Amino acid sequence: MTAATDFTIAGARAALARREISATELATAHLDAIAALNPRVNAYITVTPEVALAQAAAADAALSKGEAGPLTGIPLAVKDLFCTAGTRTTAASKILGDFKPPYESTVTSQLLRDGAVFLGKANLDEFAMGSSNESSAFGGVENPWKRQGDDAVLVPGGSSGGSAAAVAARLALGATATDTGGSIRQPAAFCGIVGIKPTYGRCSRFGIVAYASSLDQAGPVARTVEDCAILLNSMAGFDPKDSTSADRAVPDFAAAVARGVKGLRIGIPREYRVEGLSPEIDALWRKGMEWLKAEGATLVDISLPHTKYALPTYYIVAPAEASSNLARYDGVRFGIREEGADLKDLYERSRAAGFGAEVKRRILIGTYVLSAGYYDAYYVKAQQVRALIKRDFDQAWGQVDAILTPATPTAAFGRDETQDDPVAMYLNDVFTITANLAGIPGMSVPAGLDARGLPLGLQILGRPFDEETVFAVGGAIERVAGFTATPSVRAAA
Amino acid sequence: MSYTIEGSTGTWEVVIGLEVHAQVTSEAKLFSGAATTFGAEPNSQVSFIDAGFPGMLPVINGECVAQAVRTGLGLNAQVNLWSRFDRKNYFYADLPQGYQISQFAYPIIGTGQIEIQLADGSTKQIGITRLHLEQDAGKSLHDQHPTKSYIDLNRSGVALMEIVSEPDLRSPEEAGAYLTKLRQILRYLGTCDGNMEQGSLRADVNVSVRRPGEGFRTRCEVKNVNSIRFVMQAVEAEARRQVELWEGGEEVVQETRLFDTTRGVTRSMRSKEDAHDYRYFPDPDLPPLVIEQAWVDQLKAALPELPDARRARYVGDFGLTPYDAHVLTLEKETAAFYETVAKGRDPKVAANWLTGDFFAGLNRTGHSIGDSPVTAAHLGELLDLIADSTLSGKLAKEVLEVMFETGKAPGVVVEERGLKQVTDTGAIEAVIDQVMAANAGKVEEYRSGKDKLFGFFVGQTMKAMQGKGNPALVNELLKTKLG
Amino acid sequence: MSLDTATVRRVASLARLRVEEAELPRLEAELNGILGWIEQLQAVDTTGVEPMAGGGAEQLRLREDRVTDGGIQQQVLANAPDRADVFFSVPKVVE
Repeated sequence: MTAATDFTIAGARAALARREISATELATAHLDAIAALNPRVNAYITVTPEVALAQAAAADAALSKGEAGPLTGIPLAVKDLFCTAGTRTTAASKILGDFKPPYESTVTSQLLRDGAVFLGKANLDEFAMGSSNESSAFGGVENPWKRQGDDAVLVPGGSSGGSAAAVAARLALGATATDTGGSIRQPAAFCGIVGIKPTYGRCSRFGIVAYASSLDQAGPVARTVEDCAILLNSMAGFDPKDSTSADRAVPDFAAAVARGVKGLRIGIPREYRVEGLSPEIDALWRKGMEWLKAEGATLVDISLPHTKYALPTYYIVAPAEASSNLARYDGVRFGIREEGADLKDLYERSRAAGFGAEVKRRILIGTYVLSAGYYDAYYVKAQQVRALIKRDFDQAWGQVDAILTPATPTAAFGRDETQDDPVAMYLNDVFTITANLAGIPGMSVPAGLDARGLPLGLQILGRPFDEETVFAVGGAIERVAGFTATPSVRAAA
Repeated sequence: MSYTIEGSTGTWEVVIGLEVHAQVTSEAKLFSGAATTFGAEPNSQVSFIDAGFPGMLPVINGECVAQAVRTGLGLNAQVNLWSRFDRKNYFYADLPQGYQISQFAYPIIGTGQIEIQLADGSTKQIGITRLHLEQDAGKSLHDQHPTKSYIDLNRSGVALMEIVSEPDLRSPEEAGAYLTKLRQILRYLGTCDGNMEQGSLRADVNVSVRRPGEGFRTRCEVKNVNSIRFVMQAVEAEARRQVELWEGGEEVVQETRLFDTTRGVTRSMRSKEDAHDYRYFPDPDLPPLVIEQAWVDQLKAALPELPDARRARYVGDFGLTPYDAHVLTLEKETAAFYETVAKGRDPKVAANWLTGDFFAGLNRTGHSIGDSPVTAAHLGELLDLIADSTLSGKLAKEVLEVMFETGKAPGVVVEERGLKQVTDTGAIEAVIDQVMAANAGKVEEYRSGKDKLFGFFVGQTMKAMQGKGNPALVNELLKTKLG
Repeated sequence: MSLDTATVRRVASLARLRVEEAELPRLEAELNGILGWIEQLQAVDTTGVEPMAGGGAEQLRLREDRVTDGGIQQQVLANAPDRADVFFSVPKVVE
């Protein structure tokens, strides 16, 4: 029998239904693995064994009564950006202190509705700002993967680094994550797992600590495409509490996974062949094209001419929104407070003590680009370029059904290898960021290993609200790639 | 005739524009489902949205949008079918999100205009620049603790309409008349209760002075003035301060000021000294506000009659004087009261009674029309008793006084006090006979040509009847009997 | 466009972030690095392009005017670092 921590979600669901394992056993196996590995991996900021065991007991009761939901007894990690009622929520920042939300995010409440078991809150870059998880106030996360013959600690990517590392290291069967510029897809690629950022508006943002509201979107990470589909089916759906939530029915994503790609037109955007793209990643990308072709898809060369402006556009839009979204952390109603001579001094001291360097940097940039005299030159300009980036995609959809690109320009890198230069760090998101600006769905699927044994991912982009095609293409790549490698740091099989 | 200030170096004109913040009448807040009731326990009408908690998102209240549209229509203004919410970013203790959600670049209502009525009977058109929806802030209490301010967020997130006028006002009186008219329109529409004591209506007053014929000079904004009288006083005080500055060779600095109601002067607001840079940008949590013309038309069709139309109707259809029409339409409640009284009766008589003895009675007994002891129905019945000669005008006044004291119906008062007018000619003739018998000498004098004595006989007859004789009949019968 | 020290100080004050004098040169260099990189957007011809404000829904949905929230005074106050009875408390503000 499969080890409890090695189950896929689909597999665990079947095993639970057949009573081969109980939800409590499944939760306990994960909690044990977390106890053993988390001190090293640091994928969780907060582990909640009491919560998990209580939910598992409830799941077992439901199972025995034959009242199981789609996720009954499935142990998950929750990115610590989702507010969870009664459980400390930090956004990986010091500024929230011991904040315990009296409310539950819509996404997590839907997972709970469907029977999920929450193991704890996963680490992330502070306020989801970063691509390496190194900006967390609770310390970095260790990527469970190692370069061959090298013990150097690699980053798991970010910002959902804890979620991805937890799933890769078998410390959860799946996890919630969020993606503002690639924060689901880049860590999924770095950790050899699957992650999907759905269309903007597909998952409610209610109860998720906001970073950049017009770009933030929740999605799942898991070890298979099907598992992501199962999780997204639970997480997605219209929420009247979020004015940007899409009032659309949620299709059966899981059913789309096995659909195949026969007859699909797959776009290959020439602008993604960027300078400095690793030859291995380029080779993998070509391999992906061949696979899809062999499966019956047609390849179409397309142009997305404004691609190269996506990163600078993002680094205006996201910090601008963040500078405003993070104004509420002022030491008055929740979070830490540093006393000051007057109210302004209190604000400045509390925020200086509570926010880390990267968050401060983005707040300052955002404040500057919105300030009098610069708004038009920076912010309005960025919004116009954003419109052009979206237009590029709108035009592409006339020719193709999905787009295939690499997920990241490199494999996982070592801690502190690029952090000194913020701009170099920002370049990690070069392939993923366009999907956020255009609001379209994007998935990262592990497709191979580089020469040093590190996982590499391919990215599938789809039309707005056409996650089904993205799942179909992702499912096909997954089947053909046959990616079965596992990281060296993981729960004992 | 026009208002000016005579300085030591010549004449100055005052230029005034008003930004009025009117609390929208609604059950729940603009972007949250918390209640808006005034005077609740501190922080009890606060949702996590209003308190700016992590992950909270705004969802707009449709009724607040409808109220803004109704108000726009009432101000004869352009309704923008596409508008948008922006964030106005600044830090303040009672601003939990660190920004106010407002409509900066694209307000829901554009230019409009209203007519104001001045004391000399003249009118003036005042331009409306715009009206937009925004959130109110919470309240800071500075007097509860020696070193701390306390924050109550009950008001945080309540919907406000900011209504901006053109700088068309030229005197304290015009500023007062504008605010009076605006308040009247809002109250007629039911879009704001206009309660200035509770802060439902607050004005920021922009004042500058200039030499006649000159362009605009630097203005100052006097913040949060909360009564019509204070608006007029603040204009006067601020204009005089600026005249003194200019005449003393100094510059007026553009700044935010407060009106000190006890000292009657304006002073600089220290907390607003900080250079402001609000960093407005479209709120990414809120897609554009798009409304249908059909919906606007529907709201328009359902609008109540507004004060100008009602005033015109009172003059045109009822034949009231413009002044009476103005007085009767000032408050929606008064107009409604009047129309109840006038219905099926002579509208002019009803107006005279209302503006005369009825208002005097309210004043004397310290009541307002809302809690008047005399109902409109009762006042109408009183007029009926005059019309059918049950009461003389004089008796009716007495009855009305009793009605103010007891709240009873006029018929009841007449019965209880036996105040019914006597119209029985036999009874009147009997009294006249007695009066003539008792004053035989005077009868002789009258008959020999001393006509002026007629009044004496009327007085005697009425006195003998305790004032209850029908005056017309008494006159007629006396004339016959005296020959 | 590049930032000078005074602008960094002003922006930090607007953002209510206390910055020590010693940190200013490093911050200034970092911010200028980012802004210099962002500058490449000026090369894009955006004449006549409507700015795109956000993703998602095309227009607001209007909520019903009903009281559905509030009445949670203790929960609203529960996380406050300093509270006085039923109020949040801050250093005295002078208006």
